[in-house]
Amino acid sequence: MQTLNVLVVDDEFGMRSGIERALRTFSVDFNEFNESVRYCVKTVDNGDDALNILQLSETDILILDHQLPDITGLEILDFIKKENVNVLTIMITAFASLEVAISATRNGAFDFLAKPFTPDDLKTRIKNASERIFLQRKAEKLEKEKNAVRFQFISVLGHELKAPLSAIEGYMFLMQKKTAGENMTNYQSMIDRSIIRLDGMRKMISDLLDLTRIESGNKRREMVEFNFDELLEYCVENVQVDATKRNIDLNVTCPGNFKIKADRDELQMVINNLLTNSVKYNKDGGKVDFSVYGDEYHFVMKCVDTGIGMTEGEQKKLFQEFSRVKNSKTRDITGSGLGLSILKKIITNYQGNVKVDSEKDNGTTFTIKLKRFNDE
Amino acid sequence: MKKKTILMVDDDMDLRGQMKFFLESSGYEVLEAGGESEAIEYINKNNYDLAVIDLMMENQDSGFVLSHKIKKLDNSKPVIIVTGVTKETGIHFGIKTLEERSWIKADEFIQKDLRFEQLKGAIDKLIGD
Repeated sequence: MQTLNVLVVDDEFGMRSGIERALRTFSVDFNEFNESVRYCVKTVDNGDDALNILQLSETDILILDHQLPDITGLEILDFIKKENVNVLTIMITAFASLEVAISATRNGAFDFLAKPFTPDDLKTRIKNASERIFLQRKAEKLEKEKNAVRFQFISVLGHELKAPLSAIEGYMFLMQKKTAGENMTNYQSMIDRSIIRLDGMRKMISDLLDLTRIESGNKRREMVEFNFDELLEYCVENVQVDATKRNIDLNVTCPGNFKIKADRDELQMVINNLLTNSVKYNKDGGKVDFSVYGDEYHFVMKCVDTGIGMTEGEQKKLFQEFSRVKNSKTRDITGSGLGLSILKKIITNYQGNVKVDSEKDNGTTFTIKLKRFNDE
Repeated sequence: MKKKTILMVDDDMDLRGQMKFFLESSGYEVLEAGGESEAIEYINKNNYDLAVIDLMMENQDSGFVLSHKIKKLDNSKPVIIVTGVTKETGIHFGIKTLEERSWIKADEFIQKDLRFEQLKGAIDKLIGD
């Protein structure tokens, strides 16, 4: 149960006590916010006291008479605006004139009540104001969360981009100081490592651009029909070199002439991510089974590897941006930490889902189910 | 004269290799370990004169754990902990106060990004001739 603070400013005693009586036992349930609310009412009879309370204590709803002995209601609205006081004002006016209502609303009043009004009129206005307050709070909370996520992302991005730069800077320093003598060939390994780190950095930036393009919706999706088995064959060829180097057996099963309608680039990213991960995080001499099957509504890609696998904790962080499994086995494996975030975003766009089964030291299975779009 | 040996423990293979290279060119011998388990093998053999340990490796506190092990075996063995923890988490560690020295078993605490000369300076101070 939440309590909202209501301040009643009116020079008529009857009005002040009437409002207080009406709200004393009043409460509202807001099921959509999962909140119930009751009201704590303070009353004052002049503008000076009202300004003091507004400045010094938290007021959520202000019920304000238009005519006060020392100041007008509009002047109080002015003060609220100038001082940036966070309060919703319901203006009471004896003259139900359009003029007062317009100027009050222009000056920031949320609503107005024309005298005479019934307790039910008052309660309806209070309920509306409370709903607005909860909506505002919810929006503020969402905005805060959004900012926190954004800052976290930028901070991790900064760190991830700085790491390769520091490494390259270190090599440059050693070369500048000629720590290995005058002979250029002595520096070959440093140059090789610098190129590897630059490559990793470029891959990360390119993944980052892909991710933002997909997330922002700026990337136009070109849905065309094509042979999935041909695309798969092309992707397998790309990863085959690394697999062969490490003696990893790569098996692919896909029906021939398997037509699907999708954005070819996006599906290529998904397949590449699955295949490269299953090779990168595999053991030498390991195995990868990539199979595709489907019916007229869906199709499934299943990638089973005999790799290093993941603990439950590692699996939980798998789709977080820049998250990389950090242990002695993954230490020297490079990656942007963005591949699976990209994969997840694309899959969501295809109304699909991804399932991960993994066992530490024994391997990982990714199962991706996508909707099969057709021409209708 | 026999060269002094540094045990260099860091999971960043670039930084580890660079420090090794720089220290070797400065007249030290360097043993490399890329993580806790490799480091423990060297620590048990006790065939080095000083250890330089990265704080966060497989575990967030790998460096603290290793330095405790070293000091337990030989309390006079100098240990330097290097870390980017402050930049990454905002948490400050050091060995300036008595309280910190009571649980951080290190002779020197250096923040990353460290300069190679800075590290060499700290090593020279602890085991230099």
